Amino acid sequence: MHVIFEQLINGLTIGSFYALIALGYSMVYGVLKLINFAHGDFFTLGSYLGYTVLVFGAALITNHFGLWGGLVLAMTVAATSLAAVGLIVERLAYRPVYPAGRLPAVVSALGASIVLQNAIMVIWGPRFQAYPSNLIPNIHIQIGDIHITILQILILVLSFVLMGTLYFIVQKTTFGAAIRATALDRDTASLMGININKVIFFVFTLGPALGAMTGIMVGMYYRQISFTMGWNYGLKAFTASVLGGIGNIPGAMLGGLILGVLEMLGAAYISAAWKDVFVFLILILVLIFRPRGILGEKLAEKV
Amino acid sequence: MVKTQRFQIMIIAGAFLVYPFFVSDYFIDIAFYFGIYALLGLSLNIVLGEVGLFDLGHAGFYAIGAYTTAILNTKFGIPIFVLLPVSALAAALFAYLVCSPVIHLQGDYLLIVTLGMGEIVRLALINNPFDLTGGPNGVFGIDFPTFGYGFDIDSSIEFYYLIWIIVALSIFGLIRLQKSRIGRAWNYIREDEIAASANGVDVKNYKLLAFILGAALAGVAGNIYASKLMCVSPESFTFWESCLMFCIVLIGGMGSIPGVIIGAAFISLFPEIFRPFAMYRMLVFGLAMILMMMYRPGGVWPRKRGAVEFRSLLGPAARREDV
Repeated sequence: MHVIFEQLINGLTIGSFYALIALGYSMVYGVLKLINFAHGDFFTLGSYLGYTVLVFGAALITNHFGLWGGLVLAMTVAATSLAAVGLIVERLAYRPVYPAGRLPAVVSALGASIVLQNAIMVIWGPRFQAYPSNLIPNIHIQIGDIHITILQILILVLSFVLMGTLYFIVQKTTFGAAIRATALDRDTASLMGININKVIFFVFTLGPALGAMTGIMVGMYYRQISFTMGWNYGLKAFTASVLGGIGNIPGAMLGGLILGVLEMLGAAYISAAWKDVFVFLILILVLIFRPRGILGEKLAEKV
Repeated sequence: MVKTQRFQIMIIAGAFLVYPFFVSDYFIDIAFYFGIYALLGLSLNIVLGEVGLFDLGHAGFYAIGAYTTAILNTKFGIPIFVLLPVSALAAALFAYLVCSPVIHLQGDYLLIVTLGMGEIVRLALINNPFDLTGGPNGVFGIDFPTFGYGFDIDSSIEFYYLIWIIVALSIFGLIRLQKSRIGRAWNYIREDEIAASANGVDVKNYKLLAFILGAALAGVAGNIYASKLMCVSPESFTFWESCLMFCIVLIGGMGSIPGVIIGAAFISLFPEIFRPFAMYRMLVFGLAMILMMMYRPGGVWPRKRGAVEFRSLLGPAARREDV
């Protein structure tokens, strides 16, 4: 019995990675109806920036900040730089293409993704990079039969705090109402006096920043990062956001967590090699029966 | 007007005919891959360009075609040319089975389902079901196409002619298709699905037909690709390959056949031309994609519609004027 609980914890851990990345996809999609293929690479870039801070600033960190301070520093540096990168990409690659419709933006997003990925390869080299291994003490905590590492608890707490904050902003504040209104109908929202540019600014800073923090967490969890990993995580996270109902922010969180848990349960009870097939099959089945995702609302068709 | 057009087509065809006599095998091979991408672009263009269905899993159909050829050829020794229609049928059947239940999905939801379908195909190939696909290594030792009487297609130049003859035949067929009732129904669905179904177009079946034909053509491309490389592996059919096909159609111009050829040229030749830039070349490639969408969002050669097609409906008398 304890296997299922351990797999649930593992699933929630990687599910929270997917959820945090999926939020970036879903927010941008909600506001601009654009699939931001570069988002997976924002995540990779964040991971590499965190790696650089942790490795090359190691002496500085141990002398001045201590372990936790160092992690906070890495997170802050990565998140703020990625917020800036997100804005730059939006200005240079997406904004000029918006008026032409949705499909040219897809190509432009793929182009931005290629640029970012190859920029990472040029700067850090094509090989795998190893995250420092002794960051978080490798202590297991035992509750009954279940083992959890400190790192997992840290990741779960941090991601739930981040998701909770975002949920609060989007669902409870006035600005959050503006974001939801923009996602529902951009033109009408702007007629109601909502500053669309402010909303775009928000989603293109916060999305990549969340992605960057996830990148650091993934680096600490798997200890190994590569410049192409953004594609895999991006694909899964995008799947998660569609599973939850794309454009819907609680949906992205739920979709990510469900996807992670399904993946781990599939690996444990069906077959590790077929776990991704299992995940995509579930996705297709969900979409056949609920074409707008789990939390997505059915929209009236426009005639 | 028509005369100059015919002249231009002859010039282009002539250039393709004599090209291999002036360059080395390396450049002939590049032109061969250009042909493969042109065929793949044409096949996705049926789905994405003509009907406007977002398909980001087209590499799955391509893989089904290539693996059908590879497995039947290495296990049973069936000649490649016999497998050409078999691969097309296998890919088409697969498209029919997979797309029937999801054809009602709209826009991005269809996109993610096709994407998932493509990934499932690739992952299944890696996992080696029933010991058929050879896992991550793929299938080796596929024959060259042979006509019997000792005439084999085994050199770069012969493969070059093979692929471009097939591309030319497909273009001919697709132009006929564009002007037919089917092509017009497809375009109607793309422009306004609800109006089309209100006017009696069988939206669901026309969409399925587009998927089936697109998959069949991708299966043909897979067949030739497999026999040229003599081996197939899951590496060649990743999500990235589907993205490239998507870009070919959009860079060229949705639904435009000359546009697709230009798009394929861009995707296959650009990285070769910029080879001197070494590790920076993909950076330049990505930038070029963004710039292209900025300055030519409708594609390099957008589809023209209007006067000519309309006049041809009026009969031969009206047509004679523009000769």
